Amino acid sequence: MAYKYFPHTEEDIQQMLKVAGVQTLADLYAEVPEELKLKRDYNIPSEMSEVEIRKHFKELGDKNKQLVCFAGGGVYDHYTPSVIGYITQRSEFLTSYTPYQAEISQGTLQYIFEYQTLMADLTGMDISNASMYDGATATAEAMMMAVANAKKKNKVLVSAALNPAVIRVVETYAKYHGVEIQLIPAANGATDKTALEAELAHGETARVRIGQPNYYGIAEDLSGVADMCHEQKALLIINAPASTLAALKTPGEWGADIAVGDAQSLGLPMSFGGPYLGYFCAKEALVRKMPGRIVGGTTDHDGKRTFVLTMQAREQHIRRQKATSNICSNQGIMTLMVTIYMSLMGPQGLKEVNEQSYAGAHYLYDELLKTGKMTPAFEGQTFFNEFVVKTTLDVDKLQQHLLDNGILGGLKPEGVDNAIMFAVTEQRSKAEIDKLVELIKEA
Amino acid sequence: MNSTYYGTLIFELSKKGRKGYSLPANEFKGYSIPENISRQSETMLPEADEQTVVRHYTNMSNNNFGVDTGFYPLGSCTMKYNPKINEENASHPAFQGLHPLAPTTAVQGALEVYYNTQKILSELGGMSEFTLNPFAGAHGELTGLMVIRNYHLIRGDLKLTKIIIADSAHGTNPASAAVCGLEVVEVKSTDNGTVDVEALKPLLGDDVAGMMMTNPNTLGIFETKIPEIAKLVHDCGGLMYYDGANLNPLLGVCRPGDMGFDVMHINLHKTFSTPHGGGGPGSGPIGVRAGLEAYLPNPQVKKADNGTFYVNYDNDSLGYISGFFGNYAVVLRAYTFLLSAGKEQFAKMGSLAVLNANYIKESLKDCYELPIQGLCKHEFVFNGLIDKSQHVTTLDVAKRLLDYGFHAPTIYFPLLFHEALMIEPTETESKDTIDEFIKVMKQIAKEAAEDPEMVKSAPHKAPITRVDDVKAVKEPKLTYKAYL
Repeated sequence: MAYKYFPHTEEDIQQMLKVAGVQTLADLYAEVPEELKLKRDYNIPSEMSEVEIRKHFKELGDKNKQLVCFAGGGVYDHYTPSVIGYITQRSEFLTSYTPYQAEISQGTLQYIFEYQTLMADLTGMDISNASMYDGATATAEAMMMAVANAKKKNKVLVSAALNPAVIRVVETYAKYHGVEIQLIPAANGATDKTALEAELAHGETARVRIGQPNYYGIAEDLSGVADMCHEQKALLIINAPASTLAALKTPGEWGADIAVGDAQSLGLPMSFGGPYLGYFCAKEALVRKMPGRIVGGTTDHDGKRTFVLTMQAREQHIRRQKATSNICSNQGIMTLMVTIYMSLMGPQGLKEVNEQSYAGAHYLYDELLKTGKMTPAFEGQTFFNEFVVKTTLDVDKLQQHLLDNGILGGLKPEGVDNAIMFAVTEQRSKAEIDKLVELIKEA
Repeated sequence: MNSTYYGTLIFELSKKGRKGYSLPANEFKGYSIPENISRQSETMLPEADEQTVVRHYTNMSNNNFGVDTGFYPLGSCTMKYNPKINEENASHPAFQGLHPLAPTTAVQGALEVYYNTQKILSELGGMSEFTLNPFAGAHGELTGLMVIRNYHLIRGDLKLTKIIIADSAHGTNPASAAVCGLEVVEVKSTDNGTVDVEALKPLLGDDVAGMMMTNPNTLGIFETKIPEIAKLVHDCGGLMYYDGANLNPLLGVCRPGDMGFDVMHINLHKTFSTPHGGGGPGSGPIGVRAGLEAYLPNPQVKKADNGTFYVNYDNDSLGYISGFFGNYAVVLRAYTFLLSAGKEQFAKMGSLAVLNANYIKESLKDCYELPIQGLCKHEFVFNGLIDKSQHVTTLDVAKRLLDYGFHAPTIYFPLLFHEALMIEPTETESKDTIDEFIKVMKQIAKEAAEDPEMVKSAPHKAPITRVDDVKAVKEPKLTYKAYL
């Protein structure tokens, strides 16, 4: 009868019913029309004990293959320090809600403030919000913000070399929000700057979005792009995987107005696609147009430095349909994970992560070309920790062969035929890479 | 939570030369990132050893209040207990390392969890099919509205661009509609807080795409005229959207699908026990009635006749609203809870939550103004203290509650009452906890009469005193650079 998550005894229920002024629990629904009531048991499984749940999860887990990961495509198998899981399981953080009551929520507010500082710094921008759902929705929010900012302009140019998973979400939001998206073609795997300039000259563009490094792993040369955009009064948005920001020229240094992307690469487990964290940073002038929650510093009545949710006049619970976004719940605890990651890794740790990922990827690339079965897809481009190679092998068969040997070999890149795309992180050892190359040699 | 404030920031603990990580030595010599693409500026990342970082965040957590700390009667947020086995499964090693683009043959267990969760939610909601891709409740609303628009667009009904929303609705409803490119039309409430059907009728026309409602509504009142409302909206060609933020009280009693709703969302972080995480991650699955399944966002998870699971990309789909499969680890938690409770406990869940709410309402209505009498469902709203002569506000009452070890209710929402104090106790709260809360609420009412200044300057025992949020707006300090 009793259930571990319900504290009510029979006696409690009887006493409470009396105070509530009814006889039975069913009487609490007296006003609900009878024809709306479900007069049967739910057709779902019966309750399970923890013992049974653990066994069930063991069986389910055994149906997943644990693989050595060389896949990327926006999700990377970086190292997660043990401290992260340990601290984020603290229930004071995990079981709290949005910090509306600042006096008993300084823990949450402080780490969001630290996060905003770190993320603004990583992207080279002035400000950051408290997080969006993921890199793709953050990018779609940036699109809506740019269009709202531009008043009469309604067109957004998107580089075709941006991650297609991001483009698809942006296109969906654009379709329903009433924004026109125009893809700027890629030339040799990178945004075609001539095509971009030509399109900008039409003067209807509110914003331009470019991935950096792009979908194919290429670190694009974006010099001149910001000026090109600003001359036509369009905003430049750069989407970058967060981890690479510590090593590569930042969106701020390229002259971007908004920087967005996914922060999964900052120590978040791949977890079959989520939860991750979308970051959203901008120039200070855009602060009142920002979507999402923002934490600011202030003092309490005793003059102590404290933190609080601020500029809420932008948000849905105040402005309703006039809000800058509909976002309410964001990625909360993932912000803490990323903040702890950055605190532990520091400048040196992130530098090592990037150097090793870069070096491992370039070593793999060189070894693959030596097999004679793979050739460069984009000659002359600089890639970071992910790259595309063309191959004479049957890609499906190759992927299956690698899978049979415990390796999640590269992805089939969208938009390039007979090709495969590999990503390498600091977690891949030379032995693992050599094994991958051996398997390809014998394929 | 302790009453000593820890206000240090990580930047203030940084010392050059410290390190908090360990990585293998670089095995690949001779490769270095070219200068022309390298970052030019130094980063502000701190340098700290592991113990310093652990102590920093541990001390910071002591400034925080969670469901595990104490009673959290935040209205419309359903702050129920977050079971610990959920956490165990959310970080299960057989799931945590899965890449979302791995071939489906390598992730059959993960897809099975996703599929089973879709099926159980469909039965609980009275819907035909669910997607778990939306990241949160508001994201579910947006996705559900896209389903509705997609339905009309595919039928060629291009002029259906208005959405009707009650004035008591959650703020996300009109905001989601605006993001979806819909024009919001507000329908007034009657004096008893429910949708005014007579006021609704003139709003209906051949340009109405649908109507968004929550039932029970944000005042905790069951909308008994829902069959009539649904019929009116359907008759003019619109679809009914159910905001599932208030689903909890209906568990075991009735289902949105049976009330005439066509599309709905569920907040896994409310009704299905996953933690709120200081603001997220949530998860906002949406369900649709038969005939609308194909419109759900891609990717869609399906089961083949041979019992294996696969990922489907439907041409009629509204498109993509997430990179992959939503906040998957949140689904692992909710699935665990669905299994734990099963049909037996879901049958009782709603009524115990409703019992708790009515018990508090009846116990406190002599001290706090109850604008709407009668049975409530999972939550109810007081319009501040009955005795307003001392000008003690809802904000003051909320802050004083913190001194007694309770989280405050939702305040100043819904907007129908000036001093709204919205209380939602869930089924996981015991009579003992609730009795203590009632005692404290009565005590605060007494203090408000006898020593109003003390209540107005509360909290007195929290880690800090009241924050100056006007100063935060006037002199924005949005990063640590503002303190350097």
